[in-house]
Amino acid sequence: MINIMKFKWLFFGISLMFLIPGIISLLLFKVRPSIDFTGGSLIEIKSQALRADKEFVKLTLQADYQISSIQDSGDDQIIIRGQVIDNQSKDLMLAKLKQKDPNLTELRFETVGPVLGKELIVKTLTAVVIVSSFITLYVGWRFNELKYGVSAVLAMFHDTFILLGSFSLLGHFLGIEVDVLFVTALLTTLSFSVHDTIVVFDRVREKQKKVASVKYVDILNAAVLETLGRSINNSMTIIVMLLSLAILGGQTIKWFAIALLIGAVTGTYSSTFTAVPLLLIWDSAKNFLKKKKK
Amino acid sequence: MSRHLRVFFLIVGLSLISSWIILPEQIPLNFQFRQLKIEKNFVKPKSLTVINKTINLPDWQLKRGLDIQGGMQVVLGTDMSSIAPEDRQTALSSAQEVIRRRVDLFGVSEPLVQTSKQGENDYRLIVELAGISDPQQALDLIGTTAQLDFRILDSSASAQATSSAVAFLNSFVPTDLGGKQLKRANVQFDQTSGKPVVGLEFDQEGQKLFADITSNHTGEVLAIFLDQAPLMLPRIETAILDGRAIITGDFTLEEAKNLSIQLNAGALVVPISVLEQRTIGASLGQISVQDSIKAGLIGIGLVMLFMIIYYGLKGFLASIALLVYAILTIAIYKIMGVTLTLPGIAGLLLSVGMAVDSNILIFERMKEELRDGQPFNRAMELGFGRAFDSIKDANLVTIATSLVLINPLDLSFLNSSGLVRGFGITLLIGVLTSLFTGIVVTRTLMRLFLKGSK
Repeated sequence: MINIMKFKWLFFGISLMFLIPGIISLLLFKVRPSIDFTGGSLIEIKSQALRADKEFVKLTLQADYQISSIQDSGDDQIIIRGQVIDNQSKDLMLAKLKQKDPNLTELRFETVGPVLGKELIVKTLTAVVIVSSFITLYVGWRFNELKYGVSAVLAMFHDTFILLGSFSLLGHFLGIEVDVLFVTALLTTLSFSVHDTIVVFDRVREKQKKVASVKYVDILNAAVLETLGRSINNSMTIIVMLLSLAILGGQTIKWFAIALLIGAVTGTYSSTFTAVPLLLIWDSAKNFLKKKKK
Repeated sequence: MSRHLRVFFLIVGLSLISSWIILPEQIPLNFQFRQLKIEKNFVKPKSLTVINKTINLPDWQLKRGLDIQGGMQVVLGTDMSSIAPEDRQTALSSAQEVIRRRVDLFGVSEPLVQTSKQGENDYRLIVELAGISDPQQALDLIGTTAQLDFRILDSSASAQATSSAVAFLNSFVPTDLGGKQLKRANVQFDQTSGKPVVGLEFDQEGQKLFADITSNHTGEVLAIFLDQAPLMLPRIETAILDGRAIITGDFTLEEAKNLSIQLNAGALVVPISVLEQRTIGASLGQISVQDSIKAGLIGIGLVMLFMIIYYGLKGFLASIALLVYAILTIAIYKIMGVTLTLPGIAGLLLSVGMAVDSNILIFERMKEELRDGQPFNRAMELGFGRAFDSIKDANLVTIATSLVLINPLDLSFLNSSGLVRGFGITLLIGVLTSLFTGIVVTRTLMRLFLKGSK
């Protein structure tokens, strides 16, 4: 039997390769919150002429409206972000812009007051805390021993930080924002990652029951080998679906699909190559301490 | 008939019914092949005629969210500073009622007006209007306060005005009495008959006005107008001096409650401010939906291809189960009136990807059992049995997550955004339906069509 667990440091290394840039980015650049969280407003308009001349847009609107950014979107749209304004002011602004491009179409207008923004941050954090706690308690209950619960949770953190890190990098380099949908993708990733981890742990436990005297590392290796096929196939179907959505799907949910995609990939990876090696380390550490006591 | 066969026919039946349900109302068919040209429009029949009876088929439509059909969503804050704390909830409900009625008059289809309370003193309204072409007009409509006033029916003029509604309306003479003078309206019960009535209480100025009007016009009709439309036409019986009035009539409790809310709606002035507004144009939504559906179909096709290549005949059966799953899920959306949003579509597609998972778990188990030397049928049954535990666990976690996203109890510390909810609901329905198709459908198909030889 191949001793996959021998390569555990390689697996951790791969994880770190993705984690470290992400965490550095998080510390330096943090994430870019959308107006959902910060408050402010967003206008998306379709106009080739204005897209080509963003300076004009800035100059025209600057007097009444504090702009924070003007971004390209899709083929011929631009997104203007700035302070909170009301509907009437927005209409006036667009009237001014129409002077340059009468064919301008307003695709989308969102404005969020700061109070609601702060509220949303609290609400989403609460949701994340609730889901993580539930998962931790559930795994703990299902698998009785502490090491399973802890390993599953660490795998969850692993996935979360890779996802956050990627979006921090995306935010810094491409201006991609973190909004409510991102948090939803995060929560879905958590549940999916745990799903996968549980399947592997189930197998480990089953094997332990059968032959109690076998070395733990062999049990783990066997469990991993047996579930690997299934794990990859399962993720394949989800990843294929999400790739299709991310590449071909609608503009507005593109980054949502990409967040889900990153989550699906790391979730699969972490179940086999992070959670299981962690189990082994825990077990070895316990044995080491036991020996020392004697 | 063997049990499996019965289940099989049940599944076929469900699938056919669901396929019917998902068919859109009209399917245009434009087709040209050399000389053959077909240009027909299949219209889905709305009723069945059997012998002489016509049965109307239920017409379920797929509800589209704001981000798909375009529209406006506003969160309105209310200024309750001038309202006593015990009246605030009622004030919010009456504001909701007023806004709902206006929005109906405005001609919006399926408007949504909800109340929401954030913390101790923050009363809000969430209004969703689909297909609005002029958001500013809608905002003006919502923002103005309801107007209540009392008018005397000029009996001679009204007798002549039988031709048009406008003439009829013009036969009312306005008085100075209106919502401004109304202090409160509430439901009471008549002392003698026990029937529900609506009690009005005017303030000082109103009391005087009311006394004047009722003594000068005893026996005439004093119409109560709300938002320029007549609400009630009671007759004045005697002069009323204490500023209180009882509106009698054959009210049910509901009618009395409604009226008092409506009157209060006129009476309580709650300034409204826009806390959040999202307007999305229809075109953006349309393109997104088309793209996403295309991506979804391609995705499903690829998944099915993968299953068939990797698992052969078993994979083919699983693909059929997948199709059944997709058909059932969309039919459920229509029946339950689930509002489909773009994240909801993403949720649907994600759950399709996950639906295959239970099948894969079962198949992989089967492969192992076969490798261990089990006969085919045993391997199949063992595969089902052992995989079930893992399937149950995994799906339980996803169900818990989707419940948190949906926030069915409207817990204020959790999100209530429509988009997130849409995703949560499709995910939940997806998981539950996929449990059914993954386990029941695949199992039945396999038991019927794969006869083990070993």
